[in-house]
Amino acid sequence: MAAIDIAGVSKIYTGGVEAVKSVSIDIADGEFIVLVGPSGCGKSTLLRMVAGLETISKGNVTIGTRLVNDVDPAERDIAMVFQNYALYPHMTVYENLAYGLRNRGTPKAEIDARVAEAARMLEIEPYLDRKPRALSGGQRQRVAMGRAIVRKPAAFLFDEPLSNLDAKLRVSMRGEIKRLQKRLGTTSLYVTHDQLEAMTLADRLVVLNGGRIEQIGRPLEVYHAPASTFVASFIGSPAMNLLKGVLEGGRLHLGTHAIDLDYPAPTRGPVTVGLRAEDLRPASAGEQALLFRVDYVEELGAQRLVHGAVEDQPLTVALPPETPLASELAIAIPMDRLHFFSAENGKRLQRRGETDRTAMAVPARPQAVNLESVS
Amino acid sequence: MHRTRFFDHVILLIGVFIMVAPVVVAFMTSTHEAADIHRNGLSLTWGGHFAETYETVLTREGGFTGKVTGFNMMLNSMILGLGFAVGKIVLSMLAAYAIVYFRFPLASLFFWVIFTTLLLPLEVRILPSYEVMNALKLTNTYTGLIVPLLASATGTFYFRQFFKSVPDELLEAARIDGAGPFKFFIDVLVPLSRTMMAAIFIIMFVYGWNQYLWPTLMTTDEGFFTLVRGIKQILLVWVGSNIPDYNEAFALAILAMLPPVMIVVIFQRWFIKGLTESDK
Repeated sequence: MAAIDIAGVSKIYTGGVEAVKSVSIDIADGEFIVLVGPSGCGKSTLLRMVAGLETISKGNVTIGTRLVNDVDPAERDIAMVFQNYALYPHMTVYENLAYGLRNRGTPKAEIDARVAEAARMLEIEPYLDRKPRALSGGQRQRVAMGRAIVRKPAAFLFDEPLSNLDAKLRVSMRGEIKRLQKRLGTTSLYVTHDQLEAMTLADRLVVLNGGRIEQIGRPLEVYHAPASTFVASFIGSPAMNLLKGVLEGGRLHLGTHAIDLDYPAPTRGPVTVGLRAEDLRPASAGEQALLFRVDYVEELGAQRLVHGAVEDQPLTVALPPETPLASELAIAIPMDRLHFFSAENGKRLQRRGETDRTAMAVPARPQAVNLESVS
Repeated sequence: MHRTRFFDHVILLIGVFIMVAPVVVAFMTSTHEAADIHRNGLSLTWGGHFAETYETVLTREGGFTGKVTGFNMMLNSMILGLGFAVGKIVLSMLAAYAIVYFRFPLASLFFWVIFTTLLLPLEVRILPSYEVMNALKLTNTYTGLIVPLLASATGTFYFRQFFKSVPDELLEAARIDGAGPFKFFIDVLVPLSRTMMAAIFIIMFVYGWNQYLWPTLMTTDEGFFTLVRGIKQILLVWVGSNIPDYNEAFALAILAMLPPVMIVVIFQRWFIKGLTESDK
C-alpha cells in the first residue's frame, strides 16, 4: 500500500502528438481515484504511464517514496486489470493467478495459500482448474482481479475493467470492486469513460479532456459544482442543460425571457447557463418561468425525461412520472441551482454567496476498513 | 445449412476417386511380381506377393555398395523431414518474435527482405548453396542436407501474422507479472502457438520429406539416400535384359507416401485449427 504522486506528467508521442499534458494528481494511500473522460482524452495513456507500460515523456511518477519513472512494470509493485481481462488462455485459473508469484520466486506453499485466499474472496474456487475460455465474462473478470489481488501490490490499476460486461453484470461487479477495494484498502487508479461508474466508485474523480485535467474532486463536488461546461455536460445523466444567455442589470436574459436574479450576477455580458434536468420543475402560478415546448418524452419509470426546447435552445427536464404533460409547459427557474460558465472559455463563474452544497452532501472519504486483515 | 443432395455426393465421389485411384492401383500393382507387371501392365487385383515385396524393399541391401536398405532410406527421409519441420519452426518463430515484439531499426525492411526470399526458391540458388556447403565440407552430412533449407519466409510470415493477432494486453499482463522477453516467449507465446506449430509442422514435414533435387545434389554417399531418391535408383538398373523391379518401385512409392499421410491424418484436427482460428 502506498500513495502515488503524479507530478507534471506529459506524454509526447514521436510525431509530436501530446496525449497527456502536464497532469498532476496526488493520490493518498488507500484512495480510490477514477480517471474519467471521453475516448482519446489520455486517461488510459496516463494509467499506462503509471503502470510502466508507456514511457513518461515529462514529469515524475512516485509510488510510495520511490520514483518509478525508469522502473520496470514488474518492479513497480502494481497490479493491473485489463478491459479484455488478458488472462493467459492456455493456463488454468490457478496458473493464471500463480504465474506472477512464481516469476517472483514465491514459495509454493505461499502461492497456494494466496491463490486460495483470493479465490475464496472472489468466489472463484470451483473454477480453479478450468481454462479461461470455459468461464463467463464476469468470471473471467473476477479471475483478472484475483490475479491482481494475489500479488498484494501497492496499487491496483484498472483499465476500463467492466466495459466488456453486460449492463446488469457491470452494476454488480461495480459494487464488488468497491467492496473489495475498501476491504483491502489498496490504493486504486481506475480508468473509465462511464460517468456513472466514475461517480459510484470514486473517492475522488479526475475528469480529463484532451490530455488535460478539467477537474479533480469528490463525486458530488464535481456533480454540484462542475468546473467547466465540459465537466457539466460529461458528469451526470442526463447531461446538464447548457443554454446561452446574457447577464445584464441583475437579470438573466434567455432569448426573449428575462429572469430577475435574487443575488448579484457573477459577471456581465454573455454567459453559458447550466441547468440540471432534475433541478427543473413545473412552475406554479406567479413564479418566474420559462416557456418550454415539449418535443418527445422518455419514460424511465422512476421519472420521465421530457425533451424539448426553450425558444430555439434544447432543454431536457426530468419530471416525476405523474406530472401532467401538455405540448407547452411553464418551467420554474431554480434560482439557487443555476450554474454560470464563461461564454468564452467555458470555465465556471462562482457566484458570490453560493452555498457550498458539496460540504453538506459528502461525508469525508471513508477510511479503508480492514474487515479482515489480508496481509 | 445447405442440405446435401445426391449430386453433391457424386461430385465428392469423383474427387475421392481421382485422388485415391492411382494410389490403389500403385498398391495393388506392388503386390504382383515384376515379370507379371512387365507383361500385363498395371493391375487392379491382389497379386498375393505383398509380404515378400515389402520385406525385400525394406531390408534388402542394395545399391552399388550393397549396403543401403529401404529401411535406411526411410530413416534418412524421416531425419530430413523432421529436421526440416522442427528447424523451420524454431527459426521462423524466433524471427517472427523479433519482428513483431521488438523495435529495432529497419525492422519492416528486414521483414520485407525475408518476405522477398519467397521469390528465391531453392532451385534459383542451388549452385551457390552447393558451393557454400562444399566449401564447408558438409556434403554427405545431415547438417548439409538440412541447414541450408531451414530459413523459411513462409513460416516466418505465418508466425508473424499469428503473433500480431495475440492481444497486446497479454504481453503487458506478462510484463507486470514479471515475465521477461524470454519467459514470455516460452511461457505464453509458444503454448499459444501450438496449433499454428502443428500446421506449419505438417506443411514443412511433407516439404522436407519430398525433397528430391537438394538431396540428390548434396549426397553421393548412398548411406544418406532418401526414399524419394531410392525409387528412381530402382528403376535405374535397366541394364541388359533385366526387367526393372517395378513391384519394388511401386512398393517404395507406397512406403514413401505413408509417413506424410500418417502425419496429416494425426495432425489434421490441429492443422485446421491452426490455420483457421486463433486460440484466444
